[in-house]
Amino acid sequence: MEVLIYLVPMALLLGLSGLAAFMWSLKSGQYDDVQGAAVRVLFDDDMRK
Amino acid sequence: MAETLDLTIYVKRQDDGTAHLDLAIEGIDCAACIDEIEGGLCKLPGVVDARLNYTNHRLAVEWRDGQMSPAAVVEELRRLGYRAHPFKSRLVEEEEDRRAKWLLKCLAVAGFASMNIMLLAVSVWSGNVTDITPETRDFFHWLAALIALPAVAYAGQPFFQSAMGALRNRRTNMDVPIVIGILLALSMSVVETINSAEHTYFDSVVMLLFFLLCGRYLDQAMRRKTRAVASNLASFRTEVAHRIEENGEIALMPTAALNSGDRVLVRPGERISVDGIVISGSSDIDESLVTGETAHRAVMVDSQVYAGSMNYNGTLTLTVRAAGKGTLLDEVERLLENAATAKSRYVQLADRVAKIYAPVVHTAAAITAVTWIVTGASVHDALLTAIAVLIITCPCALALAVPVVQVVASGALFRAGVFLNAGDVFERLARVDTVVFDKTGTLTLPTMSVVNAVDLHPDLLKAASRLALSSHHPLATAVAQMASDCRPYDDATEEPGCGVRAVVDGREMRLGSPAFCDAQVLADQAVASDPFASVIAFSWGEEQIVLLVRQALRPDAAAIVQQLRQRGLDCRILSGDRPEAVAPIAAALGIALWRGGCKPADKIAMLEDLKAEGRKVLMVGDGLNDAPALASAHVSLSPISAADLTQAQADAVFLGDRLRPVLSTIEIACRAHRLMRQNLGIALIYNLIAVPLAFLGFVTPLVAALAMSGSSSLVTLNALRARGRASKPIPEAPPSHPVPAAQGA
Repeated sequence: MEVLIYLVPMALLLGLSGLAAFMWSLKSGQYDDVQGAAVRVLFDDDMRK
Repeated sequence: MAETLDLTIYVKRQDDGTAHLDLAIEGIDCAACIDEIEGGLCKLPGVVDARLNYTNHRLAVEWRDGQMSPAAVVEELRRLGYRAHPFKSRLVEEEEDRRAKWLLKCLAVAGFASMNIMLLAVSVWSGNVTDITPETRDFFHWLAALIALPAVAYAGQPFFQSAMGALRNRRTNMDVPIVIGILLALSMSVVETINSAEHTYFDSVVMLLFFLLCGRYLDQAMRRKTRAVASNLASFRTEVAHRIEENGEIALMPTAALNSGDRVLVRPGERISVDGIVISGSSDIDESLVTGETAHRAVMVDSQVYAGSMNYNGTLTLTVRAAGKGTLLDEVERLLENAATAKSRYVQLADRVAKIYAPVVHTAAAITAVTWIVTGASVHDALLTAIAVLIITCPCALALAVPVVQVVASGALFRAGVFLNAGDVFERLARVDTVVFDKTGTLTLPTMSVVNAVDLHPDLLKAASRLALSSHHPLATAVAQMASDCRPYDDATEEPGCGVRAVVDGREMRLGSPAFCDAQVLADQAVASDPFASVIAFSWGEEQIVLLVRQALRPDAAAIVQQLRQRGLDCRILSGDRPEAVAPIAAALGIALWRGGCKPADKIAMLEDLKAEGRKVLMVGDGLNDAPALASAHVSLSPISAADLTQAQADAVFLGDRLRPVLSTIEIACRAHRLMRQNLGIALIYNLIAVPLAFLGFVTPLVAALAMSGSSSLVTLNALRARGRASKPIPEAPPSHPVPAAQGA
């Protein structure tokens, strides 16, 4: 069962990176306009400037 | 519109030389609007960025300072077909936004922790019945501790803070037993981990936190959504005034930019938008939206006037000032202060339950420990079982029972066009047995309308309403609302004090006072039939008609009052208007108990009398004079057209021209209250089953996890029933009648 020594920290690390990604998305305001984001994805020219 | 509104006070100048303006946009109905608005604005010279928030219909515009005026943005939007209103986010809303973000972070941490710990816990549970080695189990327990301790320290903050706050005020709330349970379970699990024991409760603790945070976040999100819509509506009504500058020029200003002492010009037919003193001019004003009195008051130099009054026939110059001694505003504020101190703090249902629940649970845990020691168990085992009792009774379902119902029910109210100001409204509304209405603006519509339209010749009425478009007189405005053809006649001229006239098809058309239209005889007959209506006459050549204008009842008022009475509610009217004017309304609605001529203090006295009889009163009112009564009633509602001060006192605000929301609010609240009690019942039954099991020592971490998630899901599912029959079509709230920007004073 020595493999657990590597596997468990790896699993935790993956989980933590998911958490970090969520925190980043929250901080960068990606949840401020949820309905807008859903329709903006359909625009062709959403990368102005 | 030749005049442009001065928006400079809403513009935020930033350090990098750009200016920023927030606008609430009216008229967004599809996703294509995003591109149209943003694309259109970015074409304006100087605009750096325009970003529309499609969720809350707010637009943020940035431009290089000095290259264009904020009015150009509003003008461009108007050209595109949207109405833009300057928007200033209120402090409360910003605070709620911050709190929602914080709760979401806590929720994310708790979610991460509970997933990972559950991964470890399930391995231990299945290992315990197969072949896990004690070393591996200890390793897993230590890992779980490593995740759980920081996670709880972070994600538990909302509960720790709330519990500390309650304890500091020598009260208990639902969070106190939660925090005690969490802390005990955590410390016991750590001790057990050190002793390499078989069971720890890390998974239960973080799962509990995750569930509770879900409830809190949803509650917060619902309230935020309501508040966002409400503050958009508030900014749609941004009041404006014509300020007389030092150099004698007149500028259109938002009233928020006015200071005490500024001079303001009010033309005939405009609504006065500030409180102030008349310094020159004289006029008749209609204060019905302020005091409920429908008879006009003559004002002259040194008279006090209030925001919301309609100026009829003369031009007034006012100085803006706060309330003076002995004025209505002064009295209202004094009464409000009294009402606020006299109102005993309503203890919420959940907190009342917590007050009984916490001591019972803690006694049960103590009894468990003592019993186990007395029956010969070791102190260690006795403590373990006692803590298991605490964990299993940790009021997960109980803490979700009320908030989840509140979330679902306020969603239902939102769809019915009702916005909540206070969170505990449902419990108070459900116990209401008497409804007291104000008359003017509440039972009747806040605007004037023609009441005898059905008796008149349609062609003449059509012509009259089209001619009325050319007049600024408030009575004519009421007639103009009926116009199907919105093009004013060419060459219509207004004769001050008389009316308007135009020549159409070779015959002269006149609209105005009966004498002006030579219809005195007809007018006298009409007045005899309805003494409280204002008369406006119309003539076209030889033909004459007389229009009766007054505030009409809300279209469904009679039906709703009838239905309220069928529900066993006692309906009454307390009005500031003359008794003679209240009587016909009361008769039309079939309300036997009514009083007219009430001053704000009289209304409070009447409400106190009702309270002394043991009645729970729902007060529905809109005028400035109703504000103290709304504050002192058990629970209160006001229409969106109400004065700002009044709206702030009401527990909920409803939209639209109908009275139906009053009934819907009571219905939804009763259903919500029933579900809250059912949910508390479910939580209680769960405890009745779980506590004896825990007492006997059968509660392993696996059982605790199952019991907790089971009871929480049950309570949440039951709460969803508060949505009611979702298929029932509730008409979208009609847009409130926005006051054209130029009208105002």
